[in-house]
Amino acid sequence: MTDIYTVITDFNLVPLIPEIFMALFAMGLLIVGVSQGNRSTSVICWASVAGLAITALLIMGLDWQHKIILNGMFVFDEFAGFMKLLVLLGLMASLALSVRYLAQEGIERFEYPVLVVMSGVGMMMMLSANNMLTLYVGLELQSLALYVLAAFHRNAVRSAEAGLKYFVLGALSSGMLLFGISLLYGFTGSIDFGAIGASLLAADSISFGPIFALVFIVAGLAFKISAVPFHMWTPDVYQGAPESVTALFAIVPKVAAMGLLMRLLFEPFAAMADQWGQIIYFLSLASMLVGAFGGIAQLSIKRLIAYSSIGNMGYALIGIVAGTPQGAGAVIVYLLIYMIMTAGVFAVILSMRRNGAAVEWIGDLAGLSKSNPVMAYAMAILLFSMAGIPPMAGFFGKILVFQAAVAEGYYVLSVLGVVSSVVAAYYYLRVIKVMFFDEAADPFDGRTPFARRAVLLISTAFVLAFILKPSLIVESAQSAALSLFFG
Amino acid sequence: MLEIGLAHYLTLAALLFTLGVFGIFLNRKNVIIILMSIELMLLAVNINFVAFSAYLNDLAGQVFTMFILTVAAAEAAIGLAILVAFFRNKGSIAVDDISSMKG
Repeated sequence: MTDIYTVITDFNLVPLIPEIFMALFAMGLLIVGVSQGNRSTSVICWASVAGLAITALLIMGLDWQHKIILNGMFVFDEFAGFMKLLVLLGLMASLALSVRYLAQEGIERFEYPVLVVMSGVGMMMMLSANNMLTLYVGLELQSLALYVLAAFHRNAVRSAEAGLKYFVLGALSSGMLLFGISLLYGFTGSIDFGAIGASLLAADSISFGPIFALVFIVAGLAFKISAVPFHMWTPDVYQGAPESVTALFAIVPKVAAMGLLMRLLFEPFAAMADQWGQIIYFLSLASMLVGAFGGIAQLSIKRLIAYSSIGNMGYALIGIVAGTPQGAGAVIVYLLIYMIMTAGVFAVILSMRRNGAAVEWIGDLAGLSKSNPVMAYAMAILLFSMAGIPPMAGFFGKILVFQAAVAEGYYVLSVLGVVSSVVAAYYYLRVIKVMFFDEAADPFDGRTPFARRAVLLISTAFVLAFILKPSLIVESAQSAALSLFFG
Repeated sequence: MLEIGLAHYLTLAALLFTLGVFGIFLNRKNVIIILMSIELMLLAVNINFVAFSAYLNDLAGQVFTMFILTVAAAEAAIGLAILVAFFRNKGSIAVDDISSMKG
């Protein structure tokens, strides 16, 4: 038992300042929203973007040394800092994309940005969790906000249905995660990551109990990153939720859940690397194959992106299978590149509107090269990058994870990864073919709003410029990954 | 007399949890039953936590249970709210009617 004096000297809230600021900021926005009504939605959206930017600055201002505070509940290290910046970047991009969309769809309600920021607080807690309790509360804060966002277009059947499906499967996954945590608590006697890790290391051989718990915990988290066989909600939710929410789902929560999974596997479960290696190996392989083959027959661009995101999570998991700091660094780089590419693709998808309504079929993109050549070329560059064609950024993301896997002798996994990335290239190239060579359809409505053009431009520029100085990002990601292994 | 020990509690919790999971997948009738099944799963986890907490003489498990209860209440509230939104659009809460998207 910790006595009262250690509790007090331990009471250092400095690494928690970004989260505290963000939570207070969201509540402040809620008060503004309630008093000003839905007229203030776009102001609140931009204010949230500003708030997220301030939070990012606060994180950069912190001391990035490894620190565990609040009796081991909360950890801040280079890995947490780096991943939080990624999450904040994704949240800002998706909010910037949403503002005009909400007005166009007539769902301009002030709760939207507040919920996005709240889910952001949850994700930041997940990335800094050093205790099962912090993990659970952060995960639920994130999920509960996202359930509501999926059903945000409450007058559309599909949106309500997407919300319901996401809720039921999300609650099921939380249940499995919790069951795993409860068993782990019983077998190791603690919910603290450090104590769990020490207890697992001390055991002579890993017994059946912790393996059982590990399977449940990994299954629960696999739902959140939509790894096969826990992916069945993804296409439906992506298709049914409002496009701006789909953009958010595709960009951010997976990064947070992936960061959480990495911290769990590399820290408390480090002693069980042989066991979780097999599980992650299977998840990774199945996700890559389902992502590649499932996307082929899709007609809706949103479902296509859903399968693409399943496949991309498979590639990212390869880096975890490798189990080395090099692999973990590759996962971080992969997530960063994936996030930026997806944000750009969604800037285009959100602009797919005809006669005041959103259209979602791939065929609707026909002739985009004539009606809006800039957008068509930017989209083509982003899709080439997603397909992993050099010299775009996506190629480097893939090569880094494959390198890490080959270095550890996972040849079969790497070869199958390359094969499925070739298969997946088919559906990316098909979209490009439709844009450039098919009979032109009617042009899309009006001018693209500034924020969308800005996101599209930045992500295209990033994808093209990555090759000029890859070491800039790769090295900081590697050093962030190292902090997971050697505290 | 039969002594009720840790193993009995764990078996009970595992049975309830399995019932909850099957309730979600095998039920073809009503979404409310799914919500009840979710609740059942979370309560099974609570039994696990409390049983381990008593067995280990450690309070953390019981604290965790309190958090689960609170979050479960929030989860049920949000689930019901989404269900109401769905019912307004569709006029039904049968599981078979949640099928406008497939593929």
